[in-house]
Amino acid sequence: MPDQLIFAMEVTLNGLMTGVMYALVALGFVLIFKASGIFNYAQGVMALFAAMTLVGIQEGRVPFAHLINEIFGTDLHYFGWEVPAFFAILLTVVVMIGFALFVQKFIFRHLVGQEPIILFMATIGLAYFLEGISDLMWGSEIRNLDVGLPQGINDAIDEATFNIFGYGFFIDNLDIWAAMIAAVLVAGLIAYSQYTKNGRAMRAVADDHQAALSVGISLNYVWVLVWSLAGIVALVAGIMWGSKSGVQFSLSLIALKALPVLMLGGFTSIPGAIVGGLIIGVGEALFEFAIGPMIGGATENWFAYVLALVFLVFRPQGLFGEKIIERV
Amino acid sequence: MKRLLTVATASLMAASPALADLVFPDLSYRTGAYAAGGIPFSDGYQDYFTLLNQRDGGIGGVMTRVIECETAYDTERGVECYESTKGEGALVYQPLSTGITYQLIPRATADGIPLHTMGYGRTSAANGDVFSHVFNYPANYWDAASVIINYLLEENDGSLEGRDITLLYHNSAYGREPIRTLETLAEMHGFNLEQLAVDHPGQEQGNQWLQIRRSQPDYVIMWGWGVMNQVAVQEAANIRFPMENFIGNWWAGAEHDVTPAGMDANGYRALNMNVLGDLPVFDEIQTLVIDAGLAAGDGSNLGSVLYTRGMYAAMLAAEAARTAQEIHGVAQIDAAMMRDGMEALNMTNARMDALGMPGIGPEFAVSCEDHGGTGMARMQQWNAEAAEWVTLTDFIAPDDSVTTPLIMEDSAQYAAENNIGSQCNPS
Repeated sequence: MPDQLIFAMEVTLNGLMTGVMYALVALGFVLIFKASGIFNYAQGVMALFAAMTLVGIQEGRVPFAHLINEIFGTDLHYFGWEVPAFFAILLTVVVMIGFALFVQKFIFRHLVGQEPIILFMATIGLAYFLEGISDLMWGSEIRNLDVGLPQGINDAIDEATFNIFGYGFFIDNLDIWAAMIAAVLVAGLIAYSQYTKNGRAMRAVADDHQAALSVGISLNYVWVLVWSLAGIVALVAGIMWGSKSGVQFSLSLIALKALPVLMLGGFTSIPGAIVGGLIIGVGEALFEFAIGPMIGGATENWFAYVLALVFLVFRPQGLFGEKIIERV
Repeated sequence: MKRLLTVATASLMAASPALADLVFPDLSYRTGAYAAGGIPFSDGYQDYFTLLNQRDGGIGGVMTRVIECETAYDTERGVECYESTKGEGALVYQPLSTGITYQLIPRATADGIPLHTMGYGRTSAANGDVFSHVFNYPANYWDAASVIINYLLEENDGSLEGRDITLLYHNSAYGREPIRTLETLAEMHGFNLEQLAVDHPGQEQGNQWLQIRRSQPDYVIMWGWGVMNQVAVQEAANIRFPMENFIGNWWAGAEHDVTPAGMDANGYRALNMNVLGDLPVFDEIQTLVIDAGLAAGDGSNLGSVLYTRGMYAAMLAAEAARTAQEIHGVAQIDAAMMRDGMEALNMTNARMDALGMPGIGPEFAVSCEDHGGTGMARMQQWNAEAAEWVTLTDFIAPDDSVTTPLIMEDSAQYAAENNIGSQCNPS
């Protein structure tokens, strides 16, 4: 088999893995958009906030330490204990649920029935607020994130592919874990929305929130629920991306990679986020592999959008999105 | 009438820059994707001026004042910061961004305010005959590229013939700076140069490292900043690239660049333009600035790579101001005098010793023609076990026979494009 073909296969596999990472971010957008029609600009910053909170809890840091020390003249930084990863994750989930309650009580409860653009702008404000609060709460330094996920080349795949092709493929163990976690997450979300009372309420609100209200479903409750779920998805995305680079501000920029995924997969489909992520991941990786070297490389960022635009031209609602026909 | 005069006087006083201090704007970035590098540099820069105020009563009896303006490493915001602070009596700007520097060069030159772009910015600004108001001492990017190659030549018994070297660079004005020098050096020493760009901010490098894994270069040189550095070190570890053959420039060699990868980062090497270690001046900063509650940050960055560099930058600015005061015989200098001071700066070992920073950088003297310094740098290596950088070499000199012609060529082109005549020997 020609070397270039073998390399292309390796690139494709890695593209699929990267696509899963994109999909993890896109999922949070889909959950909120599906239930409330809000395009949550703050989803990337939520991933940053969740990851910073997780590390802060793990390391036993005092939140708002800088502010407290400044006001009271103290020198507090750590509580003096460390929290095991599992419990730290649970506590972070509690924080993200608290965040969902806050968002609903103080922002979106007052904006029910407003134009989508108003809701969108509210999420822009929320993103900057959350960014500032994250800094104030935990500081701007890079934090190491270690929840015990393995990283580095997967030796079994390396060896197996070497025996077949004479060239061992590189697949990152972390990416394999991300794929498995994403699969569990998607299956769980689909099962939750299909087979539970709360899930059915979410779907009812997504279909027609006026009708859902008329049969006694609490809009407030459902919105808190979806923001909580989006917070948990953000935490998972933050853990995966933060394990690679440390937890730092640039985590919030991963949201930019979710946009082409959403354009492609549709804003309302959970499977669409996954398939969209995979297509974007593979597409940009193969383009960088085949065309990148001829045009100076670093094509991933813009090519993802080109790919999404091409799909958009032929299918404006995305691959799995619902086609909306409004009659006058 | 009296009332009118009072209002007019008050308005005039409010509009005029304060003249009772020496103003050093700090275009910092404590937010955004590059904050992890911007914070310690800014802390070091500001704390040194605070130390001068606390210990010496400023410079030459005039207190210093640092105006901090947040750029978030964004060029547009950097220019806004410049425009909003220049009227405060700014003496010199240190933008800590190549993108911002490129935008400020024509503006600052027109305004008569010097720029100090220490180890970054436009490399050919080292030619003072063209760039009268830009100074990039003690070293520039092309020096860094040449020093790395000289170091590798030493390591490979004087020959890199047939070796494969990959440049992994931030796809920005900053990252592209060393390409020309490395291409020239590749031709001269017979090594093969592969270039791999990484897009801002650098969170995704999977494809680039797959390429490196396929091509198996002998060395990878990195021109990174921000998250790109941490991801690159982790990706190198993931593909089991020999860490000691992975070499960063001086903006890819801070503690936070390697700590996220843990023990996997052990052996990674990087340049440094200043020494590391327990400098006597740190004790004074601890006592007079941090313990006194006057530090720019929380004091935790004291002694780190980028804190030390920020402090070094402030020291060079302060010494230039002192030189300017001596030249012009006045304590309250302006930007034009500051420029003269920078052009007459002479950093000696004796002076660095006296300042409590023995050997923090190489000795160098600035002149009208040479705004670039000696270009020397040290190589350091990360010891993950001890969680510290270990200095491997003394200051290594760049190959001036390569960098000087490139600087002359590029600056001549800039002069022709902008109709700039000789600044040192005006006809």
